[in-house]
Amino acid sequence: MSNVVIRAERLGKKYTISHQPSRPDLHSLRAEIGQQAEAIWKKARSLVRNGAIVPRRDYEEYWALKDANFEIGRGDIIGIIGRNGAGKSTLLKLLSGITEPSEGCVEIEGQVASLLEVGTGFHPELTGRENVFLNGAILGMSRNEVRKKFDEIVAFAGIEKFLDTPVKRYSSGMYVRLAFSVAAHLEPDILIIDEVLAVGDAEFQKKCLGKVEEVAHSEGRTILLVSHNISIITALCRNAVLLEGGKISNFGPVHETVSQYFLRGKATSFSVEFEPTRNDAGSRGAMLLGAQIQDAGGRPKGEVDVHVGCKVIMRYRVTNDMTKQAHVIFRFWNSEGQCAFVSTQSGGPFMRGDYQAECRIPPELLNCGLYFVDVALMSTQFGEPHYFDEQSLLCAVAVEQTSEAREIEFDHAHTAAGVLRPKLDWTIKQLT
Amino acid sequence: MQRHFWRKAWRFRELFLILAWRDLTVRYKQTILGLGWAVLKPLLTMAALTIVFSALAKLPTSGHAPYMILVFTGLLAWNVVAYLISETSSSLLGNHNLISKVYFPRILIPAATLLVAVVDFFLNFFILLCLMAYFHYLPDWRILFLPFFIVLVLLCGFGPGLWLAAINVKYRDLRYVVPFIMQLGLFVSPVGFSSNIVPERWQLLYSANPIVGIIDGFRWCLLHGEERLNLSAIGLSILVSSVVFGLGLRRFRATERTFADLI
Repeated sequence: MSNVVIRAERLGKKYTISHQPSRPDLHSLRAEIGQQAEAIWKKARSLVRNGAIVPRRDYEEYWALKDANFEIGRGDIIGIIGRNGAGKSTLLKLLSGITEPSEGCVEIEGQVASLLEVGTGFHPELTGRENVFLNGAILGMSRNEVRKKFDEIVAFAGIEKFLDTPVKRYSSGMYVRLAFSVAAHLEPDILIIDEVLAVGDAEFQKKCLGKVEEVAHSEGRTILLVSHNISIITALCRNAVLLEGGKISNFGPVHETVSQYFLRGKATSFSVEFEPTRNDAGSRGAMLLGAQIQDAGGRPKGEVDVHVGCKVIMRYRVTNDMTKQAHVIFRFWNSEGQCAFVSTQSGGPFMRGDYQAECRIPPELLNCGLYFVDVALMSTQFGEPHYFDEQSLLCAVAVEQTSEAREIEFDHAHTAAGVLRPKLDWTIKQLT
Repeated sequence: MQRHFWRKAWRFRELFLILAWRDLTVRYKQTILGLGWAVLKPLLTMAALTIVFSALAKLPTSGHAPYMILVFTGLLAWNVVAYLISETSSSLLGNHNLISKVYFPRILIPAATLLVAVVDFFLNFFILLCLMAYFHYLPDWRILFLPFFIVLVLLCGFGPGLWLAAINVKYRDLRYVVPFIMQLGLFVSPVGFSSNIVPERWQLLYSANPIVGIIDGFRWCLLHGEERLNLSAIGLSILVSSVVFGLGLRRFRATERTFADLI
């Protein structure tokens, strides 16, 4: 038995998309009917002659996935990320055997269960109990297996009271909870999950994630996971695939892949230079020249060790002398778009010239995950706050370097909740 | 490859059973009469056909069989064919969410329809036996040949159903054509009347419709052989049904890989 369970070679999938030919000269219903009749006649004729029913020119070929080569080992948890239409779902469909590849091949060892949608095959008229069996069979469980796990499934979903109610009467939350919990109790060798973890309320989502982790850490199970929620990906996966325009542009450690994902998309990086000739920015009196994330030692780096901290460097140019105070500002955002914190420093008055501001992000402040940093330059010169320049182009990935010397404070430190994870001073004393 | 196909289908047999069970269970949910409809529908059809063809058109029955029984035996076969053709042909479309989201051998979906048709058949058969008991007209030894015709009627309906199902995925036009043909078929086939009333010289042409041979066969088995055993019609029926089934299965297997992309 080899250790590679999925091997894809030159895997590609082509779709033909049809274009509705638009005819701007058609205005009346009569003309339209005439055209339609003509089209039907042509189709009938070519059908008899065994030709193509739709003229070739209305078709365009589109490669949803092209030239994908990769190997996935037993027990790996692989995240798949990419923008909409990058080919993620196509890849999952090919791997689960729902569609056939147009070229190349994929070899899979072991039983595959795919969860591309929550509640596939649920029938609204059937009761919760009946649907558990139906859905279980659809996902590849045997009746005995479902029967054995039935109580567990129902308890996980928390719908004991409504077991014999048709699911069409369920609230949408109950519906997805039941559907997910059937899927969560699958025990295939390879589990393929497409963006379905974000169901139910926050508490249930946490339960789902815990369940996936539990499944993942159980013996030798391979999981492929598509999600737009980068924090889920970084929390669960060690490796990730980045798809861009149907091609695999990166397959490697999750943090590397995730930062590349953001780098490409938003032209974000850990170091940027701003064009000094931008219109009107300079004429207002000051402008940003560049910004950078550096590690504690001063080297430009996009990967930050949470136990070491980092530096944010901003360079700016003052074009007109400023008599009042000016402020340099940066904000840290997490990957879900929440602002983690803001930091400003006031200075001035500033004479004409170039300046550099440096701020140290202390160790034990950031949580693991991806942060975006935007920078700004502001002044109250004219009475009210005036922004000279704003740029939001930095990104940093905070990671925890695993070193054995590091004491294990949280068992699952890398999944600790929160935008930040500061280390605070505690005192514990005995009272009695 | 051939063996592979069937072995895969066998591995998913539980899903097949559960799909058939779903189709059966769902049918009479949220109805007052429930299973009553399964009894009422054929009886009402039988009554209507009897009134039109016997009471109004004064067509003869075969031998001594009550006209109602004659009609019901015809319906017994016809319902299987009609159900299979209309339901199988639309079965893939009806389960498009499964096809595009889960992998399993696609043949399971039409096969589940086949199982439902079998269950329906036996329910109808039971009703027929009750009717026959009521008329004190019970079948004789010829009923032993009925299983052969049951298999034939399933084949006759499943073949075109499978074929249409595969085509239906790509060309939805069939959705409008099939119900119309089925409506026509009820009157073209000898359901409400005995095929004896068709003039002798047209008989062979008439039996090109494979249902003719099957209905004649059903009546021979159940009506004391009073409907003559039309061997050429039955032979033709076997031929047409098997050829159509073979073509249908071939078409299905050739296109099933693309179902998820087209549906």
